[in-house]
Formats: sequence, C-alpha cells, structure tokens
Amino acid sequence: MMAAPQSAANAVVIQAAGLWKSYDQGTIAVLNGVDLEAHRGEAIALCGPSGCGKSTLLHLIGGLDQPTHGTILVNGKQLGRGRDMVQFMRHEVGFIFQLHNLIPDLTMEENCLLPAVAAGTSHATALSRLRELAERTGLKNRLKHRIQKLSGGERQRTAICRALMNRPGILLADEPTGSLDERTSGAVFQLLLNLAHTESVTLLMATHDRSLATACDRVLEMHDGRIRTDC
Amino acid sequence: MIFLRLILVNLLRHKTRTFISIAGIAFSVAAMLTVVTVLEGAVGMFSSILSSGSELIVFERNVSDLFFSDVPPLAKDDIAKWPMVSYADPVLFGVVSSADHPIITCFGVTAEDARIRNATWVAGSGSEFGRGGNLVVLGERAAEFLGASAGKDVPIGHGVFHVIGVIRTRNGFEDGGVFMPLEAAQKFFHKEGSSVITIKLRNKEDAAAFKAQVHRQFPNLIALEDAEFSRSYSQFKILKATAWAVGGCGLALGGLGVANTMIMSVFTRIREIAILRVNGFANIQIAATIFGESAVVAVAGGLAGLAVGAIALFALKEIPALHGYVDVTIHPLLMLIVVLLALLTGIAGALYPAAYAMRIKPVEALRFE
Repeated sequence: MMAAPQSAANAVVIQAAGLWKSYDQGTIAVLNGVDLEAHRGEAIALCGPSGCGKSTLLHLIGGLDQPTHGTILVNGKQLGRGRDMVQFMRHEVGFIFQLHNLIPDLTMEENCLLPAVAAGTSHATALSRLRELAERTGLKNRLKHRIQKLSGGERQRTAICRALMNRPGILLADEPTGSLDERTSGAVFQLLLNLAHTESVTLLMATHDRSLATACDRVLEMHDGRIRTDC
Repeated sequence: MIFLRLILVNLLRHKTRTFISIAGIAFSVAAMLTVVTVLEGAVGMFSSILSSGSELIVFERNVSDLFFSDVPPLAKDDIAKWPMVSYADPVLFGVVSSADHPIITCFGVTAEDARIRNATWVAGSGSEFGRGGNLVVLGERAAEFLGASAGKDVPIGHGVFHVIGVIRTRNGFEDGGVFMPLEAAQKFFHKEGSSVITIKLRNKEDAAAFKAQVHRQFPNLIALEDAEFSRSYSQFKILKATAWAVGGCGLALGGLGVANTMIMSVFTRIREIAILRVNGFANIQIAATIFGESAVVAVAGGLAGLAVGAIALFALKEIPALHGYVDVTIHPLLMLIVVLLALLTGIAGALYPAAYAMRIKPVEALRFE
C-alpha cells in the first residue's frame, strides 16, 4: 500500500536524524543522537536544564554550526551539502535570541530592515512588511526610536519583527523571554505564538519556562544531549 | 541607505579614533602633496630656465649634471651656422657665493640670449651687457638679498662686479641669479665653452634632423627637445622619485593607521558582525561595510589633506626666503592621484580586517561578550 502524500499544511519542514555534536575532538559531547521532525506551522518547545544541548540543536538547524554526525533536512533539502547557506539564512530561517542582539546605534526600523537589506529586497517592499509587523507587535510608534530608548519587551518584539522580515518558514527562538520579567515575558511569548501561527511559521523554541512551553503544540524534553520525552 | 548608516554608525561610535585616523591620512596626503608640488615646481622652474626662448638644448653626452657639461665653443659656432637654426645661445651654469649666501646660481650668457633680450628691466638696461669685463645683471631677488642696485658694485665669489641692471623674472632660480657675460663667466669658472647651447629652430619640424646632425657631427654631444630633456634628465628623475617616495612613505604610514583603526573596529564589534551574518549578510556584504568604513576615512582624510597641503604650500609661498623658488601651483591631476592613492591605501589597510571579519563564525561570536 502506498503512503498518502502529505498535505502542504502538515508537511515536514525540519527532519533531523542521528545528530551528534561534540567539541575538542570528541571529548565534550553536546548532542548524542538527536532525532527530530517538525511540521509546517507547528510550535515546539525545547525544555531541559542548562547545557543539555537546546541551543546547540537550534544552531545546527539554523545552519550556524555543523553537526559532527547526522543529517538535517529542511524542506526536503539537506543542510551543508552544497546548499547556499546565505540564501537559506536570508529566506528560510529567522533567529530570536535571549539577548535581543540588536544594533544599539540603529533605530528600531533600521534594525528590522537589516535582513531585507541583506536579501536585496526593495526598500518600499521591506518598509511595507515592517509596518505590517510593527502594527501587529504594537511598535508602530517606535519605528524611528533608537534601541537604547526601547524597553526590554520592546527590544524583544523588535527582534521578533526582524526575524520575520523575510517571511521565513522556520523561526528559531533561543530563550526569547529569558531576560524579561514575568508579565512582559508572557506577553512577548503570546505574541510570538500568534505571529508564528498567522504566518504559518514552524517555531522551535528553547525555554526554561514550563508554563510557556505547555502553550506550544509539542514539548520536547532534552537531557544530556538527547530528546527524552516528546509530549 | 542602511548600508551607509552601518558604516557611519561605526565611525561615529568611536569619534576620537576615527578623527585620529582621518588626521593620519590627512597629514600623509598633505605631506605628499606639498613635497611633490614643491619638487615638481622646482623641476619645472629648472626646465623653464633651459627652455627659455628655445626648443632644444645641446649638451655633453653622458654627464651626470649639467654643471659638469662642457660644450666646446667651436660646436656653438658651427651649429649657429646651420640653415635650420634660428638662434644658438650658449649658456654656462655655475654656482657662486657671497657673504651670507653660499649658493647663487650664475648664468653666463651672451647679450643676444633670450633672458637678456626679453627681460623686464626693473632698473638699468642691457645695452652695455657683454661690453665690459665685470658688468653683471642681477635678478630682482638676488639684488634684494645682495643689497645691490643698478650702478653699484657687488662682491660675488672672489671678484667684484658692477651691476648694470636688475631684471624681473617669474622663475625663482633666475630671479635669484646673477647674469654674467659669457666670457666673464668662462673666466670666472675656468671653462672654455658653455654648459649647454639652447637652440631655436626656424621650423620646429626640423628637430629630428637637427638631433641627427648633432649626433653625426658631434658624437660627444647630445641634442634633446625640452620636454624630452625634462623626462630623461637623471637629476629630475631622482628628484621626482624622491618626492613620490617620501610622499608614499607618509601615505603608507597613514595606511597603517587606517589598518589599525579597522582592526580595532572589527575586534570591538565581533558580536555585531555575527548579528549581521545571522540576518543573512553574505561575506562580501560584511567585507563591504569594512571597506566602506576605511574608504570614508581615506576619502575624508584625503580631502582634509588637500586642504592642509594647500595651506602649507600657500604658507611656503609667503616665506620671503623662498620667494620665487617655490611654484605652488597644484595640478588637478596631482590632487586626483593623491586622493586616489589615499583611497587605495585605505582599502589596503582594510584588507586584513575584512578578511578577519569574513572568518567570524556567528555561533562563536554570539557567545562573545
């Protein structure tokens, strides 16, 4: 019997198999055989203690680092096999970090336009997209503000806008609310989930906050470089 | 626009460092401009002495300096009779001294020489020039620093000469020089002939034929057109090479300053470069921001250097002792070359920092605090 073709709605976007990552010629093992599958529009929380390999897994999926062993397929194409990683990072993946990683001397608008500049998107198109995102994140009155003038929550919302500028299919968030207070953290997280849902983005988020994690479609529990629970 | 903002933001973030780098390039450019302009001007003035009213000069072959050239009087007499020659004026160059002035250029010329014939007379006249043994004409500046005037005697070297006139000329060497009748100069410098013969042809197109005839009849002499002489005269070549070498060294030092600034700039924003990479910036775009910064520093330094150099040249021109010796005309081509060299220096200074920035791995750099 032939398997039924997957519909576009629940197509596998990320397929990682047997991922190993070690440093110092194998003496420090961070990932010890991770298998992961993520579907289009799915929100997945990666939980686990510090040093369990959550960030490393996100870095590998985002093409910021290469696995020691194993393969990662994104939209059916393997990473690191002659694939243009610059194009991949421009159009297929967006990053959000715990520290917002914005350029402090630029305005909110300029920071958000960076991915569009890198991709060569026309200024008008990029600005229209930014206005749309700013409207949805409640930052439309902050476009011309320098980053130093923004609050912690506004900075992280700016980072979310920037990550979504080029309409990526995957959003990788590494402790996106880790540096925010509880109230702001909840608001930013809800915003992130809503945006991921409305933009049909696959969200993979590393977090220590279990209450936030449970709001995701799936929670993956990581320990010692392995995924222990998938619930 | 944002690309430009990224460049400017980095420069403005460390204003003092940027200012020092621009100042380094500016002083290098100013030094180069000043040295090259002064020496090119000096060479131009010396060339104009030789080409005064003439198209070709004849001098002794294989001499390192025209002061050592000795053209026999017979050669001058013979060449002057050639049908293609309009004038053949012998000139004897020498250096004399007087109290407080160790170097005064002396020109041994005939009364028919273009310098005397076409001179602007400030005092006296040239009607008696060459008729008496010790009669001389002074350039206006020479008269000034020797404290002499027409009708007075002036001690020069081991002799005393009677000044019959003072002439004004735009050429500093001539304006600060002494014009002696050729015979008096030959006696003074113990020479029988002259240093050169300046030639004016009836028809300029006969230059090649003239040179060939000189080569045939006087194998120990060589005839060159003025421009040809300026290009090939080894002293000029040495002077020009020295000027460009000194200027080049200054610019290289400025370039090292830019390199230092750019290295510091890259090292202090490793994390920022990683952010750009994570946001899809390609290696070439990262490198472009580094080269852009160095180009802005270099061009700003270059333009500031042109202004400082022009002021320095203007100041040199105003120093009385240098009056007439410094031609401070800045050629647009030289300005363009100097700014382009500054730009190239800046870009060269950014090569290593750009290569370093391109090698930054975002995953490691984002851990960098």
